[in-house]
Amino acid sequence: MFSAPFTFAALSQHFPILQVVIPLIAAPLAVFIGVTSIAFLLAFAASITSLIISYSMLMQVIDGSVISYHIGGWAPPWGIEYRVDAANAFVLLILSAISTVVLPYAKTSIEREIRASAQTLFYTCYLLCFTGLLGMVITGDAFNVFVFLEISSLSTYVLVALGAERDKRALTAAFNYLIMGTIGATFFVIGLGLLYMMTGTLNMADLANRLPALSDNRTVQTALGFIVVGMGLKLAIYPLHLWLPNAYTYAPSAVTAFLAATATKAAIYVLLRFMFSVFAPDFTAATGALNLIILPFAVIAMFAASIIAVFQADLKKTLAYSSIAQIGYMLLGISYFSHTGITATMIHLFNHAVTKAALFMAVGAIVYQTGTSFIPKLAGLGKQMPWTSAAIVAGGLSLIGIPATAGFISKWVLISGALEKGWWWMAMLIVASSLIAVIYVWQVVETLYLKEPVGDVVVKEAPLSLLIPTWILVIASIYFGLDTELTLSSARAAADALLGTAPLAAGAGS
Amino acid sequence: MMEHHLILRVITKILIAPILIFAFYVQFHGDYSPGGGFQAGIIFAVGFILYGLVFGLRPTKKVLPEWVVHKFMALGVLIFAGTGVAGLMMGGNFLDYSVLAETPQKGQHLGLLLIEFGVGTTVAAVMISIFYAFASRPPRISDEDW
Repeated sequence: MFSAPFTFAALSQHFPILQVVIPLIAAPLAVFIGVTSIAFLLAFAASITSLIISYSMLMQVIDGSVISYHIGGWAPPWGIEYRVDAANAFVLLILSAISTVVLPYAKTSIEREIRASAQTLFYTCYLLCFTGLLGMVITGDAFNVFVFLEISSLSTYVLVALGAERDKRALTAAFNYLIMGTIGATFFVIGLGLLYMMTGTLNMADLANRLPALSDNRTVQTALGFIVVGMGLKLAIYPLHLWLPNAYTYAPSAVTAFLAATATKAAIYVLLRFMFSVFAPDFTAATGALNLIILPFAVIAMFAASIIAVFQADLKKTLAYSSIAQIGYMLLGISYFSHTGITATMIHLFNHAVTKAALFMAVGAIVYQTGTSFIPKLAGLGKQMPWTSAAIVAGGLSLIGIPATAGFISKWVLISGALEKGWWWMAMLIVASSLIAVIYVWQVVETLYLKEPVGDVVVKEAPLSLLIPTWILVIASIYFGLDTELTLSSARAAADALLGTAPLAAGAGS
Repeated sequence: MMEHHLILRVITKILIAPILIFAFYVQFHGDYSPGGGFQAGIIFAVGFILYGLVFGLRPTKKVLPEWVVHKFMALGVLIFAGTGVAGLMMGGNFLDYSVLAETPQKGQHLGLLLIEFGVGTTVAAVMISIFYAFASRPPRISDEDW
């Protein structure tokens, strides 16, 4: 009855769909079996499988080729197409790598933060969120992006709300996120509706073929506006970021680490895909979206969010605002509208995901032991939790962009992109905003190492199950600052794919 | 307290069986006529919700405990995804129904029936579960309670 052989080669033809379907099946299976330890194993297995799949797909497409997978055997543009090129394969690798490291951490972390009866559902929501993020990155169908966006968003709201057992404010944070996220998703789907109205198609490659003929059309220009604002809410472009700080602060620690490293990154990828692959890059530039919207708000985010971060009393909130500033750097790369700029965005996607996940996991370890991330209460923890504190310092250095950390590579490419355009003032702004990062990182370091502990409560070092995943990412954030072979070549290939400078094998069938 | 509404209770008892049968009709006739998993799932859930409204939450949960509803929620998604994977195992792409039976027509028919059944199962379970969630909320604190 089953005709296909179960060899790696036979399965590898189905990698694009397996990437999404394996976590998708694991999620209801976890509910169906209903045992927490099995749910964890399912989630972890699905995550590792995803990592293997995304890595082998990236190796396949890094030379500029495209994998196209037709769901249900229906050829695009009629059927839904999954389309993997260097850009989304790279983002898929980021998502699945982070998930694989965060999950073992999550197991220990949520045992203390979430009640036992909700832990199985935590893994289900986590898997659904993971599915949604992978799906919105891998799909080549514009409406399918919306569907997966909703899958990931709805499960994210639940994940954030699960933090209510530690702090009730998680509920308002989740509700806030729900309202803002729904508005974002609505804007996005209105944009898609306008595009569908004008072209009659939802396949991204097909849209890209049809849109240039309509470039003077107001409806199409409006569609771009709606899509940018909709995705802007999801990825927290500076004035649309209001949901982010509270959601990241009050969510369970593992959720924060996962979301900070993945959710906004997937949204940035979708924004890039729409700006440069679906709409023609020249069209997007001609509307002024890059110069008048993305560029100024990126610069404001770099400074305003960093300055706000300096004045936060909660370490999680400091890091959340720093995330908004870092998103500013990614948007800045987009606004250069050059190959180097997109490369900077893509490489910062990776480096920031690794760095911020490491930092949030280290803070999570502190929350695990002390129950708080309130900075004044962390005084003197440097001696009591040496490994966790060292992880925060190392992550902080990467956040600032000290040489020999991953953050340095991002800023280096970003600055060289600015200089390439002759924007020397922009290079100075990037350095100046990094100096603000020095301030908020130093505050934390000072509290951890130089202040005397308040009270005489003895805090022990976090358990190894938290420390090992954290340190894997800390070491990664240093490693990728020294060896940029994988990241830089992938980011360049991704920029090629997004700007269409790579040979675009249109509709190369599976 | 329900003892008073005699007419409601009798009518409900008469109605529930036809409602459930109609749900199955909409479910399995959905590929020939208007209908399908979403509509059928809602109608099926309505049978239980009606019972819950008239006879109260406790007897309804005795008939259909909450944990069973949760399992069915997951089961529906598994049926849907499993149909897709079956297509993949039998030499087609994911969700390719044509390879499920001897001829593509039969395969498409079978595939559609299966995924609609998955959709119906999940929709019914989700609707009942939402009803349970809202109905079992503790009453709001009013001013007199202070």
